[in-house]
Amino acid sequence: MSVDADIVRKIGHLARIKLKEENLEGLAGELNVILGFVEQLDEVDVSDVEPMTSVIPATLRTRKDEVTSGNYADKITSNAPLSEDNFFMVPKVVE
Amino acid sequence: MSLVDTRTPDPKKFIKGATGDWEMVIGLEIHAQVTSESKLFSGSSTQFGNAPNSNVSFVDAAMPGMLPTINQECVRQAVRTGLGLKAKINNRSIFDRKNYFYPDLPQGYQISQFKDPIVGEGIVYLDMGKDGEVEIGIERLHLEQDAGKSIHDQHPNMSFIDLNRSGVALMEIVSKPDIRSSEEARTYIAKIRTILRYLGTCDGNMEQGSLRADINVSVRSPGGEFGTRCEIKNVNSMRFAVAAIEYEARRQIDILEDGGKIDQETRLFDSKSGKTRSMRSKEEAHDYRYFPDPDLLPLEFDDEFVAALAKDLPELPDEKHDRFVSEYSITSYDASVLISSRSNADFFENVAKGRDGKLAANWVINEFFGRLAKEELDVSNSPISAKQLGGIIDLISSGDISGKIAKDLFEIVWGEGGDPADIVEKRSMKQVSDTGAIEKMIDEIISTNPEQVEKVKLKPQLIGWFVGQVMKASQGKANPQAVNKILKEKLGL
Repeated sequence: MSVDADIVRKIGHLARIKLKEENLEGLAGELNVILGFVEQLDEVDVSDVEPMTSVIPATLRTRKDEVTSGNYADKITSNAPLSEDNFFMVPKVVE
Repeated sequence: MSLVDTRTPDPKKFIKGATGDWEMVIGLEIHAQVTSESKLFSGSSTQFGNAPNSNVSFVDAAMPGMLPTINQECVRQAVRTGLGLKAKINNRSIFDRKNYFYPDLPQGYQISQFKDPIVGEGIVYLDMGKDGEVEIGIERLHLEQDAGKSIHDQHPNMSFIDLNRSGVALMEIVSKPDIRSSEEARTYIAKIRTILRYLGTCDGNMEQGSLRADINVSVRSPGGEFGTRCEIKNVNSMRFAVAAIEYEARRQIDILEDGGKIDQETRLFDSKSGKTRSMRSKEEAHDYRYFPDPDLLPLEFDDEFVAALAKDLPELPDEKHDRFVSEYSITSYDASVLISSRSNADFFENVAKGRDGKLAANWVINEFFGRLAKEELDVSNSPISAKQLGGIIDLISSGDISGKIAKDLFEIVWGEGGDPADIVEKRSMKQVSDTGAIEKMIDEIISTNPEQVEKVKLKPQLIGWFVGQVMKASQGKANPQAVNKILKEKLGL
């Protein structure tokens, strides 16, 4: 896979990272080097190996269905740049 | 997911176009809120309607360093639902991150299941009345987090965000593209809702958003290749689902017949205009970049866990339907009305037990359900109990009262309560089956109406007038069968 300026612009937007137009080519080059490095792994035949989702031999910890948290709306919104009546306020998003 | 056509095209469902017939192909994704006290990965409450951001923990608000821990009840509920959908249960499933940016999603990703869902393929049967039974395939069911809520009408240029719903467990139930009409889609949603309510895994409340559907619609020439689909997001009523599908299919047919092509896109249904419109802002978000959530290990359980849940499953709608038909000798149609909810079915069984099943079904459906609907009540707040209605039916079966008097009695019990047998006794409502008494009334009527007696000999249908006279004389208490029989004898008809 080869990354070009268009792909860099797109993934930058998906990740909401502001990229300068003059940096796109350079970033594409850097990303291609990284991808090239990782692509060396393609040399290993993994057709019989299940993708790994965890590195530790443990099962998922579960919890009981109990209400143990909540009722601190003031704390939840205390870092918000803008809030009113314990709602977060954001620039209008309407479909 | 490979698309397989399991249905035979049915000309009755075709849509007429300018260039020929068209057929709809529909698949549904139903989002059902799991019935649980706390959220999927946090200990905050799931209660509806609480003050803004009060059902929010630091996990739900995605504060740095907070880690998810799965709620075991949500796992149980998902497996139970899978069993109710006759589906394959996957003893090992994996949680993935579905990445997108939106103000009501503080994590920047939704924890969902992509490649390895908790439940695999299953089947739902739809009773389409005279069109028979239709089989709809279930592709999968997976667990995921709900998002928060945006409110747009509180401020001219700001949206308000309430995260109370953020992190509540959802089951996404994905159908195969097996649905071929808006009516089938409606019936499918209703059936899924009934199954969920029987299981108690989702309250099915569409007004509160506990159950909502994303509807994939495409059109094609009958039996042909699948067309390009559009997805209508977040439809929250069955009526809207029908309207959205009908509009969308027609829109696509018009484009295709004008030589255009369908763009695969996400659309919104506007219930005010009855139209669907493109939801362009979500286009780019389609690149969800799924990957396994590193904060969560695979979800695993053994066969014993599943077997124990299967053992405790309640009787499901389809089984109840078949049992009602064989045990109470009622029609398939009546059975499907009676099983629409567990409480309705239980009420019927309490009335029907040890009585004539057909008579019980008739009274429960026509008089009782009819009256409940008229008064906007349901079984839980009905003024009349199964025991009382059973009492009325006993009086009909024993011949103590006629069907007509029974309706009056029903009104009395509905309005005033009380024991039906007592009421009949105290208000002397018993019908007169004593032939001697009826004969006496008939003789009197015949002797005082000689001209009617002449007429009825020429026009036998005038017997109705005599029956009416006898009923009037007996204040409605004469047994109608006995009256008819004796009248015919006396009048020589």
